[in-house]
Amino acid sequence: MIEEALIGWSRAQFALTAGYHWLFVPLTLGLAIIMAVMETMWVIKKDEFWKKTAKFWMKLFAINFAVGIATGIILEFEFGTNWSNYSWFVGDIFGAPLAIEGIFAFFMEATFFAVMFFGWDKVSKGFHLTATWLTGIGAAVSAAWILIANGWMQHPVGMEFNPDTVRHEMVDFWAVAGNPSAVSKFFHSVFSGWMTGAVFVIGISCWYLLKKRQVRFAKASIRIASIIGIIGTVAVIFSGDISGVQMGRYQPMKLAAAEGLKDGGQRAPFSIVPGVEIPGMLSILATHDLDGYVPGINDLIDGYTTPEGETFPSVQEKMAQGQAALEAFKIYRENVGINDSIAAVARAQLREHQQYFGYAYLDKPEDAVPSVPVLFWTFRIMVGIGTLLLLVMILVWWFERKNKIERMKWLQWTGLLSIPFVYIAGQAGWMLCEVGRQPWAIQDILPVNAAVTSASVTAVQTTFFIFLAIFTFFLIVELRILIRAIKKGPEGTEQEEQPLN
Amino acid sequence: MFTIEFLQQYWWVIIALLGGLLVFLLFVQGANAMIFVAGKNETERQMMVNSTGRKWELTFTTLVTFGGAFFASFPLFYSTSFGGAFWLWVAILITFVFQAVSYEFQNKAGNVIGRNAFRAFLTVNGLLGPFLLGVAVCTFFTGSEFTVDKSALFDVAAPTISTWSNEWHGLEALGNLTNVTFGLAVMFLAICLGLLYLLSNIRSETLERRFRKYLMSTALVFALLFVTATAFILISDGYAVENGRVSLEPYKYWHNLLAMPGTAALFVLGVVLVLTGLFGTAFCKGFRHGIWYAGTGTVTTVMALFFLAGFNGTAYYPSTTDLQSSLTLSNSSSSAFTLTVMTWVSFLIPAVLAYIVYAWRQMDRKPITKNEIENTDLKY
Repeated sequence: MIEEALIGWSRAQFALTAGYHWLFVPLTLGLAIIMAVMETMWVIKKDEFWKKTAKFWMKLFAINFAVGIATGIILEFEFGTNWSNYSWFVGDIFGAPLAIEGIFAFFMEATFFAVMFFGWDKVSKGFHLTATWLTGIGAAVSAAWILIANGWMQHPVGMEFNPDTVRHEMVDFWAVAGNPSAVSKFFHSVFSGWMTGAVFVIGISCWYLLKKRQVRFAKASIRIASIIGIIGTVAVIFSGDISGVQMGRYQPMKLAAAEGLKDGGQRAPFSIVPGVEIPGMLSILATHDLDGYVPGINDLIDGYTTPEGETFPSVQEKMAQGQAALEAFKIYRENVGINDSIAAVARAQLREHQQYFGYAYLDKPEDAVPSVPVLFWTFRIMVGIGTLLLLVMILVWWFERKNKIERMKWLQWTGLLSIPFVYIAGQAGWMLCEVGRQPWAIQDILPVNAAVTSASVTAVQTTFFIFLAIFTFFLIVELRILIRAIKKGPEGTEQEEQPLN
Repeated sequence: MFTIEFLQQYWWVIIALLGGLLVFLLFVQGANAMIFVAGKNETERQMMVNSTGRKWELTFTTLVTFGGAFFASFPLFYSTSFGGAFWLWVAILITFVFQAVSYEFQNKAGNVIGRNAFRAFLTVNGLLGPFLLGVAVCTFFTGSEFTVDKSALFDVAAPTISTWSNEWHGLEALGNLTNVTFGLAVMFLAICLGLLYLLSNIRSETLERRFRKYLMSTALVFALLFVTATAFILISDGYAVENGRVSLEPYKYWHNLLAMPGTAALFVLGVVLVLTGLFGTAFCKGFRHGIWYAGTGTVTTVMALFFLAGFNGTAYYPSTTDLQSSLTLSNSSSSAFTLTVMTWVSFLIPAVLAYIVYAWRQMDRKPITKNEIENTDLKY
């Protein structure tokens, strides 16, 4: 018997690992680009200042990079340790992106990171610059493959159920790799990494300005970071908009829950906060059409018909179909190779109902609804903070350009204080994405209660607290080391500066 | 295009190759096991840490890729072993996770618990990492207690396919003499390889003398453990598969060695290369390239062991609880389609190896000296 507590703790453990992982990875993605641009400036302009600037950010990059690796390996193995049924049931599709990620992305990162970090006087300028860019590209390629895997969990495509092997099998690799849900997730995540890197660099540079130290370095860093940050944020907005439409199409329950929309319809309103609504806005966001129909939670539970006359079954009916599929599957397994005519009929029945296979494992229709408050607020936190940060980056870019930022204490403080917020927005984004997928491990195909390893609750609880302690320890050490390194500041960039008054 | 049987075997070769490369790259761990033993002062320890510090990510990535490739090609192993031998794998992960941050953190101001604590993490991983990995891989020969029942999926209340049959969840492997001997052999091999790598990468007379001294004793211990573990395996009953039925066969692995002359040759070649690398370096003063002999030998020996475990009609992940639950190349693999896709991907591996070799050569052209470590900021 799978206990509720086991599912809860297994989810908590994965969420903990993924949450911590996503504290370190976005900075890797963003800083990689920023320092690569800086090193490129050094190669082009032949000014040692740029080399020293790039080297300082690389130092912070390296401190952060190691913890991303440490949390990442646990994530990969947790698919096996905590989600063993999942690993078999969809491993035929899901394993490939993970292996490809290792072969192409991780080796690229590992090899060129070492060159970038230790190779300054060992390899040529050109090779070093290439290594720096390849480290960043490796990080982005890694993100691409893991998001192909994640996108597939949100919107499974390119596979077929094989009752003989009792699992889903890949039939179209390019459908999996080019999954629209994966493409939008890739851009959304990688560009949010650019945002994180930019806000981090701007924030620290603002701190130097507040301290009246490293002024040239700080302003140069702000210039590059704010441009990359603005480009990143605009791309995040566009990819987020596409994600919204995909959510409406592939995961309507996630969308309805994120809006707290009980009853849907055309011209569905969007509430900024409870009680403040923009009429028709949700329809525009979800369908790019003011008259677009958006089903609410109740519609999705009870079944509904769109204005175009398309009918969608209730969760109860889907559960019945899922159970019919499971029953047919059982009959097939019992008769295959023994009584082939019965097996053939059962297989046809299975095919007819298998679209809702996963619903067989739900207890009651309400189980199909993810947590409304979590989704409602994480969505608003993500979008709200993201919008404010765009404003901050534009202001910082403009006033740096106008040479006024040195005198604007409030803006320096705003830049510095933005750092925690970019992390909150990133975490909120992933909570929206993953909590919104519940109760599914793979949308409509496998709910978490059928995906989990049958370990003891105590074992999972114990490892949860072990990992919590380890990650928190790593985070504290990393922050302390980062703060020390920042206080010390870059070396050799201050000689030509006049003290400010 | 390719038959499923071919693909399964091909992917077992790739897994074996990745396993072999991983054990070779455990020289990073082995060298770390010696930080406090062979490094008598701060500069010496820094030289050692920085020598392997430029390579550790390759080892780590190979471990991750080994896991990922196993997942992609034999997902039933991934779900059964990782989900079942839970504590064994979690222990391995934890030691490697501490290793991952320790290089970067050990010498930095503000690292909370101090330099020696992080180096101790490196040492603990250096000993336990290879040992536990060896124990886990040796269960390929000695078996584990689990059942696999795909019909479990019909029971909506308890749909788990792979179930471990004891409460120890992997720790029981430590109670098996063959596993422990094999694990210790891998641990000592890693130390030997670590010393060989340091010898090739560091120029310091005092350190070199010490490395050679330790190499002599560890190589002897390794040789003894390796011969014992191999003997245990070759005389044990193995898990034979015929027409999908698994049965116990006395001297199965010995029979496999005889039935597969290519594998036997690979094994002998590997052992000879490893011994040449180890004792050649220990005895001949000017000889610094032992790592490449022993490294190549390690790769081929490990590959041969994987072939013994999985080829010639053998269940590579046997269940002692229920023989018929044992995992074979054919009942645990991915579909022909996925294996074909992954095979195309694997054709690009030589390109990856090529840039690794190029970067490695560029970085290791000049060996590490005391002077370099004391006068550069490009270090951990």
